[in-house]
Order: sequence, then structure tokens, then C-alpha cells
Amino acid sequence: MTGVRVLVGTRKGAFVLTSDGMRDAWDVSGPFFSGWEVYHLKGSPADPGRLYASQSSSWSGQVIQRSDDGGASWQPVGNTFSYAGVPGTHQWYDGTPHPWEFARVWHLEPALDDPDTVYAGVEDAALFKSTDAGLTWSELAGLRGHGSGSSWQPGAGGMCLHTIVLDPSLPERMFAAISAAGAFRSDDAGQTWRPVNRGLQSQGIPDSDAEVGHCVHRIAMHPDRPSVLFMQKHWDVMRSDDAGESWHEISGNLPTDFGFPIDVHAHEPETIYVVPITSDSLHYPPEGKLRVYRSRTGGDEWQALGTGLPASDCYINVLREAMAVDGLQDCGIYFGTTGGQVYGSADSGDTWEPLVRDLPRVLSVEVQTLP
Amino acid sequence: MIRVVLPQHLRTLAGTGKEIRLEVDGEPTQRLVLDTLESAYPVLKGTIRDAATKRRRPFVRFFACEEDLSHCSPDEPLPGPVVRGTEPLFVVGAMAGG
Repeated sequence: MTGVRVLVGTRKGAFVLTSDGMRDAWDVSGPFFSGWEVYHLKGSPADPGRLYASQSSSWSGQVIQRSDDGGASWQPVGNTFSYAGVPGTHQWYDGTPHPWEFARVWHLEPALDDPDTVYAGVEDAALFKSTDAGLTWSELAGLRGHGSGSSWQPGAGGMCLHTIVLDPSLPERMFAAISAAGAFRSDDAGQTWRPVNRGLQSQGIPDSDAEVGHCVHRIAMHPDRPSVLFMQKHWDVMRSDDAGESWHEISGNLPTDFGFPIDVHAHEPETIYVVPITSDSLHYPPEGKLRVYRSRTGGDEWQALGTGLPASDCYINVLREAMAVDGLQDCGIYFGTTGGQVYGSADSGDTWEPLVRDLPRVLSVEVQTLP
Repeated sequence: MIRVVLPQHLRTLAGTGKEIRLEVDGEPTQRLVLDTLESAYPVLKGTIRDAATKRRRPFVRFFACEEDLSHCSPDEPLPGPVVRGTEPLFVVGAMAGG
């Protein structure tokens, strides 16, 4: 029988939740890297035993960990992330130039076909690549150097490259998203980049439809239709049907279109999920009711899914990295909260159950479907 | 022989016990001791000092002989008891709430 492994990064360590294909009983192992922030951990699509984890702390900086046995054991690998050339400056919160400074790795994206190749999205925003299983890292400097980098500004959480999406049909194509700069696309395996933000409207910047400056929270793609992208922006849920060349809003009947994560059903490319959050200053669900919203029409028409989720007095948030899907026949949806719960649905979101409660604040959730 | 005491989370990371004993080649200074420590435990590179600049990370402190050495020059000789191995050099995570 197939199984599922849920990789959970938290404010105080990582946890690995495992179940068989029934997904009705979960084994919780961890904490790994106890006491450290684990912004993200993710498995290789080419080798389910190969995992990478970003372990960091304000005291001791960045460590990258690698597992070759599905998370049973880990070894530290390379943690030197040096910006290429003279790093230059970006804009600081007050508009003054600020030197590029490495803070942490937000996102690790293993290559689709090679377990030893992995990309890292970092704060201050830049993209790094390792081809030796994390031992050494080099910057793909064409992203910062494409022209607009000096005008990028941090969002409230720092200026982070938090989303990396690889196109399975075009190995040279990849997407990255930066808060608060926007979405970017490369068609030459990360050597050169250009902004792909046409159609985005952001009221929090002086020019609401500027080429860069948008606070993109998350981008999701279905592997069978890689030219269709879904985006949860600071406000607005957006869709592109042309690989980011243009975007249009699909917020439709959502109670609020502010939120962080967005994901796509494993077998239905028009079925997408978001978790609406009240507003940019009220980071909790509307009315204190935790609900996932699902659209089966690729946006605009949304249905609230709350069976099994707290219906009152719920004032948690779901962060941008904290939602993922499995690939089983009845698609499983998973998300973690800032209150330390990890919820799962084994029926495409119709009903939910907590897999585990009372973990530290959940920063990321990734899922591996095991053979 | 220099004795170095690491905070718990770095002991776990490096796979060491509470105290590490180092043979330092030259007059012991913060820089030389940390160079030797990082050479013996490469996983500690970047966790006590910035990997590129070698400057102490902001929330790390160095204590010895009931003194705070954090703001001393990294090239200043360490106190005699540390050099003689009768007192350890403490690497400490600064107190921060939350």
C-alpha cells in the first residue's frame, strides 16, 4: 500500500508525520533540530529518501540539513550563501539603499529529475543552486541583476524569495516570487530573468500596476498544465493562463481575498484551495471560523470547507509555505497553523481532521506520496 | 590546551559533549581559537561568526573568567587562565526573550 509523509517545519524544529494510504492514523516523529527555526523542508521528486531542510536561528545563523533515508537521520551540509560579485543595495523600509545581507533560507526546491540538484530561495532575496546535494551553493545572479533589484523593498517579514516553481514540461523554465517585488520567470534555467507581474494591482505601492513591487505570497501550478498559474497575493487571488505573461483576478465570492497559501488538487487542475484571512492587519480567519475555500472552476466560484475545522474562537494564521497536497487517488490536502495544528483531509477537502495538535508555530508543510 | 564550552544547541549540531578541548597552534586569541574550533568542527562555520567576515554574530557572546570578552579585539590574547586551561572560554547565546 502506498503511504504519505508530511514534512512539517516549525518555529522550534521539524516533524515528520507518516501514514499508510488510508491516512487515518499518523505517526509523529521529531522534533528534529529542536529549538531551531525550520522554515522549510522538502523531498526530492526523483528520490523520496532524499530530503533537504533549512534550519536557522537568530543566534546561530543558517544550517542546511540533508537526509538520505526519508528523515530518519540527517547530516549538515553546506551553509555558505555568498552573493555573486559585489552585492549592491536594495531599498530599505525607509527608501534608503541597503546592502544585500544574507539572513536565512526560506525555501528549498529539489530539482524534478536529480536528487543532488536543489534550489534555495533566501532572504535578502536571491536564488541559489547546489548540484552536489547541498554541499556548495552558487547564486543564480541573473535574478538580482536583471535590472529592478535595486528598487526591491522588504515586506513585513523581510525581503525573501519564498516561492520556486519548476516547469515539468520545459526544463529551462522556472518561476520565483519575492516579497515584496513580485513574480519572475526564467526561460534559460535561471540564468536570466524578467518580471511577470502584468495585471497585478496593489494598493500598497505608489504605482498600483508597477512592473515590480507587488507582495506575492505564493504561486501554485498543476504539473499537467504548467502554463496555468495561481497566485495568492497580499490581497487578491490571481490566475495566469499564459505562464505569467498576464494575470487576472479570480477572488470572486471569497469572504476576503487576503491570505498566504494557495495550492492545486493533484488530479484536477481546475480545483484550487486558499485559506482566507481577515485582512493585512488581522491575521486570522474571518469571524474566528477556520475554513479552507475550494474552487472547482479555476477560481471566481468558491465553496467554504469547514467540516472538522474550528467553527469559532479560532485566531490562527496559515503561512505561505504551510499547505500541500498528496498524490493519492482521493487527493489529500494538508495545512499547518500558527497555533501548531496540522490538519488533513483525505477527501479533497470535504472533511478535515487534525493530524497533530500543539506543535510549535507551523512555518511550512510539504507532502511526499510514497510508493 | 584551550577549553571551549558551547551552548547546548551547538553541542547537538557538532555532536560534542559540553566541553571541547583544543590544541591551538600559536598565541591563543579569540580568532585563533575559533579558527581551530571551526577547523575541527566544520559544521560550526557560520554559527558563531559570520562565515565571510568572521565577525561575531550579533546574538553570540564570549565569556571567560567572569568577564565579557565579546567586545574585545579578536586578535587580543585570551586571559591567562584560559590559555593555561584552568578556565574555559564560554560561547554563549545572548539572552533574548520569547
